[in-house]
Amino acid sequence: MNAAQPILQIKDLYKRFNISGDFLDQLKFEGGKIVRKQEHVHAINGVSFDVMPGEALCVVGESGCGKSTVARTVMGLLKPSGGSIHYKGDRIDSLSDRALLPYRQKMQMIFQNPYASLNPRKTINQTLEEPVRFHNPQMSNTEVADKVKEVMFDVGIDPSWGVRFPHEFSGGQRQRISIARALTLDPEFVVADEPISALDVSIQAQVLNLMMKAQEEHNLTYLFITHDLSVVEHFGTRVAVMYLGTLCELAPTKTLFATPKHPYTQALLSAIPRLEDNAPSHIRLQGEVPTPVNLPSGCVFHGRCPHANERCKVEIPELIACDDGSKVACHGIEEGRL
Amino acid sequence: MALLEVNNLEVSFGLRQGAVKALRNVSFTVERGERVGIVGESGAGKSVAAFSILNLISRPGEITDGEILFEGQNLATLSDKQMRSIRGNRIAMIFQDPMMTLNPVLTLGQQMVECLQAHRKISTADARAIAIEKLRQVQIPSPETRIDQYPHELSGGMRQRIIIAIALLLDPVLIIADEPTTALDVTIQAEIMELLLNLCDSNNVGLILITHDLGVVSQITQKAIVMYAGRIIEQGPTKEIINDAQHPYTQGLINALPQQTVPGQRLNQIPGSMPSLQAIPSGCAFNPRCDFVMDECKTRLPEFTRSGGCSVACHMVRAMKQNPETVQPVDSSEEVK
Repeated sequence: MNAAQPILQIKDLYKRFNISGDFLDQLKFEGGKIVRKQEHVHAINGVSFDVMPGEALCVVGESGCGKSTVARTVMGLLKPSGGSIHYKGDRIDSLSDRALLPYRQKMQMIFQNPYASLNPRKTINQTLEEPVRFHNPQMSNTEVADKVKEVMFDVGIDPSWGVRFPHEFSGGQRQRISIARALTLDPEFVVADEPISALDVSIQAQVLNLMMKAQEEHNLTYLFITHDLSVVEHFGTRVAVMYLGTLCELAPTKTLFATPKHPYTQALLSAIPRLEDNAPSHIRLQGEVPTPVNLPSGCVFHGRCPHANERCKVEIPELIACDDGSKVACHGIEEGRL
Repeated sequence: MALLEVNNLEVSFGLRQGAVKALRNVSFTVERGERVGIVGESGAGKSVAAFSILNLISRPGEITDGEILFEGQNLATLSDKQMRSIRGNRIAMIFQDPMMTLNPVLTLGQQMVECLQAHRKISTADARAIAIEKLRQVQIPSPETRIDQYPHELSGGMRQRIIIAIALLLDPVLIIADEPTTALDVTIQAEIMELLLNLCDSNNVGLILITHDLGVVSQITQKAIVMYAGRIIEQGPTKEIINDAQHPYTQGLINALPQQTVPGQRLNQIPGSMPSLQAIPSGCAFNPRCDFVMDECKTRLPEFTRSGGCSVACHMVRAMKQNPETVQPVDSSEEVK
C-alpha cells in the first residue's frame, strides 16, 4: 500500500480565523497610544498526513480540536492560511473555483446534520439530480433520472419516494439521502463530517453499514471525522488523533487501540464508556482544553499531560515514526521515557 | 417503602388530530440511594417520563392516569404551590444542555443564593457559604472567586459541574439527570459521570439517569429500564440486562454497538426505525422490526413476564418460559449475520 500514490496529501496545513471584528473594534488604547490589535483562532497548526486509496482514515478529537476545519479545508470550503493540499499529486488549495470543478466531482462530502443539509424546498429527486446535471450537461433527462434511481436504490431508499420532500423522511432516511447525493457523481473520495452523531444507536448501525457497503461497491476512500472512538475502532483503517489543531498520533486502527502511545490518546481511549463490568478506570486529565486563541507554548498538550517536563513547555514536538507503523508527536516517547 | 413509586403512569398530548399517548402503563420504583437508568432512542418517551415525575409536562400534555408516589405522597395530584416546595428541594433535576440551563445575566452566586432562599429562611451570607461549600464538593477550583463569575466565563464541563452543585444545594433525596453528558466531550463526560456517581453514593441520593448510551448505563446504574414507543419493555438489574438481555429490542440495541462486532465486519443493525406515536403498530409496538415476530405479536399486547431478575414484555420470552421446546432459542448474533 505504501508504494501507491496517496489520493490526498495534506502538507503542513494552517488555518487561522480572524475574530478581532472590524477596524474600529481592533483599535485598543495602550500605554498612551492607540494600537491596532488582531486576534486569531488557531484552528489548525501544521497538520500533515496522507490518505491512501481505498482506506478509511478517521480523524478523532474533542470539540474545538480542528477536525471539522480539516474536512472543510480539504473540500475547498475554506481557504487554508498556510500549507498545501494535493489531490493525486495536483495542488488544489490554490485553484480558482472554476479550475476546482473537475476535482469537486471526484470529492464529495457528507454533512453531520441531515436535518440542515437537505434543502427543505426541493424534492429528493431535485436534490439528487442537481449535481448530475451540473457536472454532466450533456446527459439527457432520462439518463439523469436513471442515474438518480440507481443511486437511491443503492442506499435503500425506494426511488418512487423521490417526489417527496425532506421533512417526510426520518433522520436515518435523510442521512441515506445525503449519502446518495454524495454518490450520484461516482466520487473517488468522500469526506464524512460526523455523519452519524445526530442519529439514534440502532440507526447509526444502519448508516455505518451502508457506508461500508458503498465503500466496497464504489471503491471509495473515506476521510471520516468523528468524536466517537468506538465507531473508529470498527470503521477506520487508520486513525489520526487531533488535539488543539495539531496531530498527536497517527496509527493503524489496531495498533492505536492495542497500544496507544501519546498520553492524550491514552486518556481519550480510557474515557470510552464500555459495557464490560470491570472497565478500566479512566485516566484523569488535569484542567480543560485551553483556548485556541492563545495557544500554549511548546507541546499544546503539556498543561494537561501527567508526563510533561521542561522541554515540553518550550519545544513543539515533531511527528516521529515508530517501529509499528504509527507516528507520534511527543517528546516523552522520542526520549524513550514513556 | 420505596423512595419513588410510579404506577401505571399515562401521559397524553392533546393534538388537533386527537390525543397522542406519549407514555402508557409506565411503572417502576426507585429506592433510597439507588441509581436507575432509563434507556431508549429518541421518541421512546424517556424524557417525558422524567419530566412528568416533576410535573413539568406543559400543555397540551397532561398526566391522564396513574400515580407518582414520592415518599408516600402522590405528586400527580399536588397543586403548583405544593409541587414547588418539592421541586429543586427534595427532587432536583439536571438538564441536558449546560449552556442553556444557567441564567446568563446572573452570576453563579446570585443563582445559587436565590435557589437556597426560595426554599429556606436563610441570610445571604449563610447561603453564600453553603454555595461555596457545594462548589468545592463538585471540584471547582477556587470557588470563592468563581462564585462571582458569569456562566459565559466557564467551559461546558465546568458549567455542568455548577449545575450539579445547584442540584445538590438543598440536599435532595432524588436527582433526575436527563442526558447530563450528551453535550460534552468524552474525557469530560467520564469525569462528570464519576463525580455524579461519587456524590450520589456518599450522600445516599437516588438517581434517575436518562440516556441513550448503554455504556454509561452499564457503568453507573444498578437498575435499567428500557423504553420503546412510550412503554417500558424490559426492566431489571443493569448487569443482567447488559449481559443477558431478553427482549429482542434490547438485544438489538446492545448488538448494534460497534464494540460488539469484530472490526471490519458489518454491524448488527435493527431494521426500520421507531414508529411515530400517532401510528403505533397494534400488538407489540416493536413487531414490524422484530426478527422473532409471531402471529400473536401483531394482535395482542405482551404482558410482563419475569425472567431471572428482569421483567420483560415479550410474547416470545413468555412462550419460551412456558414450554422451551416449541420456540427456537434466542441467539440474535448468529441470526442477523
